[in-house]
Amino acid sequence: MQTSDKMRELLQTLQPQSIEIIDDSALHAGHAGAREGGHYRLTIVSAQFEGRKTMERHRMVYAALASLMQSGIHALNISAKTPAES
Amino acid sequence: MSTQDRIRETVTGNPIVLYMKGTPQFPQCGFSAKAVQILKACGASNLVTVDVLADPDIRQGIKEYANWPTIPQLYIGGEFVGGSDIMTEMYQSGELQQQIEALK
Repeated sequence: MQTSDKMRELLQTLQPQSIEIIDDSALHAGHAGAREGGHYRLTIVSAQFEGRKTMERHRMVYAALASLMQSGIHALNISAKTPAES
Repeated sequence: MSTQDRIRETVTGNPIVLYMKGTPQFPQCGFSAKAVQILKACGASNLVTVDVLADPDIRQGIKEYANWPTIPQLYIGGEFVGGSDIMTEMYQSGELQQQIEALK
């Protein structure tokens, strides 16, 4: 399974309305960190983000993806929105 | 002194601390480069940076300190502010400039 598929699976705990994952890994091939995992841009919309600050939202995403943050994901750009904001 | 104590001493002993990969002159990661650019644009003059690539204990320890898995990490007045996405958002809203200005 690809890392982006695993990300989708793990993020289901946040009951997302939508998930968009862009794999930027190819842009970073060859740079030292790329050996540790890929570069991803995530846009996730979930009602669970309602009433939470950006930092809390990012923590929720990181917590859901914890197993991949150790290996699989080297860099992650997060945009976490509520349905009303998207 | 433990790694966590060293980190605590650094972030509480300096007004603005950025844990990053590389140095402001030679950042080793695009996210760290962006964080430095934002802080410069905010007029942060008293910035202290720590190169996590130079110290594996700090590199691991800083993730535990803030319970935040990625680098860069910005601390203002001893408080964890966020990573590069949050810095970008706060810069765009003007909030980061206000916090930095308030230190002067």
